[in-house]
Amino acid sequence: MVSFILRRLGIMVLTALCLTFIVFWLTNLFPNLEKLAKTQGNFRMSDEAVLTYLGNNGYLQPLPVKYGQWLGVLPGYVIAGTDGEMRARCATGGQDIADAARFCGILQGNWGYSTVFRDDAGSIIATRLGLTGKLMFWVMLLMVPGALIIGVMAGMNEGSRTDRSLSTVSILSTATPEYVSGVVFIAVFGTATFGMQWFKGTATAAMDDANFENFFLPVLTIALYGMGYIARMTRASMTEVMTAQYIRTARLKGVAFSQIVLRHALRNALIAPFTVIMLQFPFLLNGVVIVETLFNYKGFGWTLVQAASNNDIELLLGVSIVSVFVVLTTQLISDIGYVFLNPRIRIA
Amino acid sequence: MDCARKASRTDTVPGQTRDLTHSDEVPGQARDGTTERTKHLANPTTAEPILEIDRLSISFFTRLREIPAVMDFSATIMPGEALGLVGESGCGKSTVALGVMQDLGTNGRIVGGSIKFKGEEMNTMSPARLREIRGSKIAMIYQEPMASLNPAMKIGKQLMEVPLIHDKVNEKEAYARALEVVTDVKLPDPKRILNSYPHQLSGGQQQRIVIAMALMSKPSLLILDEPTTALDVTVEAAVVQLVKDLGRKYGTSMLFISHNLGLVLETCDRICVMYSGEAVERGSIGDVFDDMQHPYTQALFRSIPLPGADKNDRPLVAIPGNFPLPHERPKGCNFGPRCDYFQAGRCDQDMIPMVRVAGDDRHQTRCLRNHEIDWNAPVTAAATKIKHVPGQVVLKMENLKKYYEVAANALFGGDRKVVKANETLSFEAREGETLAIVGESGCGKSTFAKLLMGLETATDGQILLDNISIGDVPIEKRSTKNVADIQMVFQNPFDTLNPSMSVGRQIIRALEIFGIGKNDTERRARMLELLDLVKLPRAFADRMPRQLSGGQKQRVGIARAFAGDARIVVADEPVSALDVSVQAAVTDLLMDIQREHNTTLLFISHDLSIVRYLADRVMVMYLGHVVELGTTDQVFSPPYHPYTEALLSAVPIADTRVTKKHIVLEGEIPSAMNPPPGCPFQTRCGWKSQVPGDLCDTQVPPVRLLAPGHQVKCHLDDATLAAMEPVIQIAAE
Repeated sequence: MVSFILRRLGIMVLTALCLTFIVFWLTNLFPNLEKLAKTQGNFRMSDEAVLTYLGNNGYLQPLPVKYGQWLGVLPGYVIAGTDGEMRARCATGGQDIADAARFCGILQGNWGYSTVFRDDAGSIIATRLGLTGKLMFWVMLLMVPGALIIGVMAGMNEGSRTDRSLSTVSILSTATPEYVSGVVFIAVFGTATFGMQWFKGTATAAMDDANFENFFLPVLTIALYGMGYIARMTRASMTEVMTAQYIRTARLKGVAFSQIVLRHALRNALIAPFTVIMLQFPFLLNGVVIVETLFNYKGFGWTLVQAASNNDIELLLGVSIVSVFVVLTTQLISDIGYVFLNPRIRIA
Repeated sequence: MDCARKASRTDTVPGQTRDLTHSDEVPGQARDGTTERTKHLANPTTAEPILEIDRLSISFFTRLREIPAVMDFSATIMPGEALGLVGESGCGKSTVALGVMQDLGTNGRIVGGSIKFKGEEMNTMSPARLREIRGSKIAMIYQEPMASLNPAMKIGKQLMEVPLIHDKVNEKEAYARALEVVTDVKLPDPKRILNSYPHQLSGGQQQRIVIAMALMSKPSLLILDEPTTALDVTVEAAVVQLVKDLGRKYGTSMLFISHNLGLVLETCDRICVMYSGEAVERGSIGDVFDDMQHPYTQALFRSIPLPGADKNDRPLVAIPGNFPLPHERPKGCNFGPRCDYFQAGRCDQDMIPMVRVAGDDRHQTRCLRNHEIDWNAPVTAAATKIKHVPGQVVLKMENLKKYYEVAANALFGGDRKVVKANETLSFEAREGETLAIVGESGCGKSTFAKLLMGLETATDGQILLDNISIGDVPIEKRSTKNVADIQMVFQNPFDTLNPSMSVGRQIIRALEIFGIGKNDTERRARMLELLDLVKLPRAFADRMPRQLSGGQKQRVGIARAFAGDARIVVADEPVSALDVSVQAAVTDLLMDIQREHNTTLLFISHDLSIVRYLADRVMVMYLGHVVELGTTDQVFSPPYHPYTEALLSAVPIADTRVTKKHIVLEGEIPSAMNPPPGCPFQTRCGWKSQVPGDLCDTQVPPVRLLAPGHQVKCHLDDATLAAMEPVIQIAAE
C-alpha cells in the first residue's frame, strides 16, 4: 500500500511537471510577453523597446531555462541590463542583488508577482483558495448526500413511481448547465420579479460572513448540476445490485428491506459512483469559474478569470499548478477509497 | 408428496399417528444412510408434515401473456425426510423452491393452491411473519455460491447476521455461533475464514459457507437448489456427504432440487420427477428408480449413461424432440409429443390427473396408460455398431510441458512465479480412436487443448501430427490444412456462436477460412450437407443462434468443427452444459460422425459416466500430471491410481443396484502455482500410509507400466495395487 502511494505520488509529480510546462510554454509565447511588456511599460512602446524590456527582465532566455528558474531548480537570472542596471530574478522590492537567494522558484515558495493585483501571487492564491474551499465544502455537503439519497431511493425499486419521478428530476438537473440555472435562480429568487426574493443575487458578502441567504444560491447552482449526474450513476449501480443473487440470499435470510438496502446493497452500489464523485472535483472547478463570476464571489475561479483576461502570467501559472494538484490528488484518493469499498481489488 | 392423503387431510389431528409417515423404506433397500435416517427421525409423534404443498400453481406475467411455470404441484415433506425434485432446466423446479420462499419477484405470482409450513398457510402470510420464517425455519442453499455471497462483506458478518436477526443475540454470541457452524462444515482455520471475503475462498469453500449460513439457526426445512452443479466431482461428493451428515445431526427436512438422478439417489428418501411445470411421477426412491410408472421417468433413466455399464451393455436412448416452451404446451399430456406410448385421441384430450400406483407406498404417476405399458420390456437395442479398430498413430505427445510465468503482483510486476500447467505429457492417439481426458478443474486439460490447437506454444517437448512437430507453431503460423485438421467443439454452445450471424453463414465462414469450395454456391451446398450430417433441418441455415435450443447450437458447433474434414477433434466437455435428455443425442451424433469420418476424438470431460460410455482409452490428469492412462476397461477396474479411485467413487450413479466404495477426499485441490513437493496427489491421497518412508513427500512417482498400455504414476507397490477392490459393484439381480 505504501509503495503504491509512493509510486502514484511519483507519477503525480511527473504529470504535474508536464502540465505546468505546457501552461508555462503557452503563457510565455511571444505575443503574450509583448502584451506584458506593454502593460508594464506603456502601450506605445516601440518593438525595440519591448525587446529591451523583455531582455532586461529575463524573458528572452531559452524556454527550458526560464521554466527551470520558475520552478526553482535553476539559479535565478542575474542580468546586466542595457540601461546599466543589474536585475536579478530573486531580488525583488529593492533588495540588494548580493543578498538575494540564488534559487527562487515555486519550490522555494516564490510564486511570483501578480501584475493585476500588485501583490505576491502565492498569498493571493492562498486566500482565494480558502474562499473557494468554503464554497466547495458546502457544495459537497449538499451534493453528495443528496445525490446518493436520490440515487438509492430511485434504484432500490426499479420502475416504481418514486424511481421515475426522481430519475426525471436528476435528468433535468444534469441537463441544465450552471450558467443557465444560475441566471434562472438569480432571476427567480434574487429579484422581486416573481415575488420570491428569498436570497441575495450576489455572494460578495459571503466571503467574510456567509449565511444561508447570501450563500445558498451559488452552492445550489453548482450542486444541482453534479447531483443529477451522480444520482443517475448511483441509481444504475443500485438497480444492478438489487437484482444480484446475494441480495436474494439476504432476503431469504430474513433480512428486512431497509437493512438489505443499507447493509448489503449500499456498499456494493457505491463502488461505481465513488469514482464519479471523485471525478466531479475537477468538474466542480469548471462550475466554480462560472458561478463565482456570476455571483461575484471572489474565489479561486474568479481569480482565474481575472488572471487570464489580464494576461497575469505568474498568477495564471500558480492557479494552474493548484488545479493540477487538486485533480491529481482527488484521483489518488479515489483509487485508495476504491480499495476500501471493493475488497476484491488489492493494491500492493 | 402425497395426493392421496389430501382426501383424508381434514381428519388429521395434530399428534395423531399416521400410517404413512415412516413407511418410506423399501424392504431390502438399506442404502447408505438415508433410509436409516428416516427410521431414526420420522418418529410417529411428530407426524405433522413440515411442508405441505397442495395443488400449487405459479405463473409469470409478461406484457403479452400469463406464462404458467408450475401447475397442479403437490408435495409433502415429513420431519427428517429428504425429497428430491428432479427435472430438466425449465421444468419449474426452482420456481417451486422460490414459491415456497414466497419470493417470486415482481412478475411471478402464486395463482392457485396452498403452501403450508407446519400447518401455517404461507400464501397469506404477512411480510413480517415471512421474514421471521426465512432464514430461521426455512433456509436455502443456492446453485452458485460465489454469486450468492455478498462480495463486499466479510464471511463472519454475513453468518452472524442470521442469529442477530432471528435470535436477537449479541455480537459475541453470534460470533461464537458462526465459529461453531464453520467448524461444523469442516472448514480449516475457521477464525481466518470468518475474517475473509468471499473471493478469497475456493468454490467448494464458498459452498460450505452457504451451507453454514443456511444451518446457522437450525432450520426445520432446507431447500437446496442444485447445490453442487458448479463444483467438481470430488468436491461435490464431499459437499453432499456434509449435507447428509448435517441433515442427520440437526434433523432437518430437505427439498433437494437437482437434475442429477444419481445425486438424488444418494441423498433423498423420496423423489418427485417434474416435466414442463408438472410433477409427472412421485414416490419413494426405491419405487421410482426400480419400478417407474411414467414414460418420461423411464426415458430420463435411459438417456443417462451409467459408469457401471458401457455402450454395448446398455445403449443410451435419447428422448426425441424438444422440451415444449411454457406457452406452447400441448393439450393433454405435456410429454405426449415425445412419448413412445402416445395414443392419439386419448393422451391429447384433457388434463391428466395424478393416479395412485397400486401396491406401492404413496407412489403416483401422471400417466393414463400406466397399467397398459409393460414397464419391464427391454430397451429396443439400437443397431449394433461395429466397433472401429483404431488405425495408425496420428498424434503423438513427447514430454510436453507448458509453464506459465505469472507476476506475483498483477499491477506492477515483481517476483515471477511459475505455474506448471502441464508436466511431461507423453501419449499417442490413433486414427479413429476416442481418447478421454479426465480430471477436475485446474488439472491442465484445457491448457493441453490450447497447446494442441496452437493457441499457446509448448514450453518444452513436442506435439507430433503425422510426425511433423507442431508444438511450437502458434495458430497464426499454421497452414490452413493444419488448422482444418485439428478442430474443437466447445463446452458452452451458448457463447461460441456469433449471435448476429445466421447459422448457415457461420458454417460458410468456416469453409471460407479452410479454403473449401470454389465459390459461394459450392460452399452453400457443402454447408447444407454439413447440416444433414449433424441432423439439423436444412431450413436452420437461415436461423439466428438465438432461435436454437442448446442441443441444436451444439450441433452447429459440431458441424463447424467438421467443416474442414477435421482429423482430430478436441471436444471440451461438449455436453456438460446441455440437459440430460439432449446429452445422449449429441453424444451419439458425435460418435456417429467420428465413425464415419474415422476421426480421432479427444474427449475432455469430468463426467466419468459418459467417458466410460464412449471412450476407447482414458487419461486421468491431476495438477498437470498424467496419473493414469490405459484402455477404458483398465482404468475403470482395479488396480487404480488412488486419484482415479476417488474420482470413480465420487460419481453419483442413478442405479439402485450399484454399491460403491465410499471415498471422500479431504481438502482442496492444491493451487498449480504452489504444488506440493513429491507426488502431486499426496496431500489428499488415502493410500499414502501404505507407502514406506517419505517417498510420497519427496519424489514425483515414476511412470509405471502395470499392463500393456496401462500406466500409472504411483509409489504404491505391486501387491497393494493388485489387492485393490473395485469401486463400483453391481449387485446380481
